[in-house]
Amino acid sequence: MSATFEPVIGRYMHLELFGRPHRIYVEEAGEGTPLLCLHTAGSDGRQYRALMNDERVTARHRVIAFDMPWHGKSSPPAGWHNEEYQLTSAQYTTMILEIMTALELDRPIAIGCSIGGRIALHLALEHPERFRAIIGLQAGAHVDPYYDLNFLHRPDVHGGEVAAAIVSGLVGPDAPDSERWETLWHYMQGGPGVFKGDLYFYKLDGDIRGRVAQIDTRKCPLFLLSGEYDYSCTPEETLAVAGSIPGCEVSIMKGLGHFPMSENPAEFLKHLLPVLEKIGSR
Amino acid sequence: MIETLKARVNEDEALVRRGRFLTTSFLLEVGPTAWLIQIFEGRVVSVMRGPFVMPSSSFALRAAEEEWQKFWSSRPPPGSNDLMALIKRRALKAEGNVQIFMANLRYFKEALAKLRSGGAAA
Repeated sequence: MSATFEPVIGRYMHLELFGRPHRIYVEEAGEGTPLLCLHTAGSDGRQYRALMNDERVTARHRVIAFDMPWHGKSSPPAGWHNEEYQLTSAQYTTMILEIMTALELDRPIAIGCSIGGRIALHLALEHPERFRAIIGLQAGAHVDPYYDLNFLHRPDVHGGEVAAAIVSGLVGPDAPDSERWETLWHYMQGGPGVFKGDLYFYKLDGDIRGRVAQIDTRKCPLFLLSGEYDYSCTPEETLAVAGSIPGCEVSIMKGLGHFPMSENPAEFLKHLLPVLEKIGSR
Repeated sequence: MIETLKARVNEDEALVRRGRFLTTSFLLEVGPTAWLIQIFEGRVVSVMRGPFVMPSSSFALRAAEEEWQKFWSSRPPPGSNDLMALIKRRALKAEGNVQIFMANLRYFKEALAKLRSGGAAA
């Protein structure tokens, strides 16, 4: 079999964030309207590999995914070895806007899943003018902790194994095995304490219940797509958020779980393509 | 049905291999019925039905019978498809030395899913 290459190009960007130099890995494919992709907690930009390889998306969109600092091929900043990583709403927002500025993205569409879906709500509320549209996947306003997060980072439990085992049931039942285990592999590869540090945002700092109803979809259209089998951000929670925001469009995706773009791209694209079409025609 | 756990786990070589550092016993409570399950180096060596006078176990998994039935159905509905889904809904309690459960979480999920009637894996 001869080798083939994907149309995806990856580069390392050097950027100062929070007053410290960072080395950040950025991938992209396609041309057209920028589509900025935000990965889930404890994973990385590879979750969007299928979007970057689908001509129905890339023919009209420049699909961009960066690995957050500490994730994937992006390094933690120098000095990390004596720090406890904890993601906050303020840092997450700043990081996204700074990276958009550095890449000279003019009003991209943002698409984010899980923590990316949560920050999408923050962006829709606080920075609607910076985006053409916002798509929240598995986006809820809040998630109560349902296990002791300390198990994610302690020496007598393997961090990668437990992270993948905790999220494995969040993958929907119809996911092809190859995509299911690719998705879980990313979790197994996370650095020590990184998933836990992301969940600080997801379960504590990023609670947006009190403000989510203030999102103005006239300033920036908001679409929410959630998988039926997600018990972390349940369909009910997404529907509650959508119900509180006038003009928000919502869809529950049958058979899918918490990682739609990565666990079952073929099914997910059936839901995403009409949304992109709608945004494009505005 | 619970008694079949021994054969169903032990015939899965990959599962036994992944559990090779796991030796423990745990209680599985299905409504009012308790089962004491002993594991030696990834292999289920005994499944005993209670009631017990003084069962010795590292941890216990407790849920109502109808919750386990949904979990063990061939295509469990959302919210019943995974041990963590049951825990999130407060339908399953994991109690005792939970470190052993969490350190081997994939093993326990896959082992208990072996009791499903055909169909879905963990």
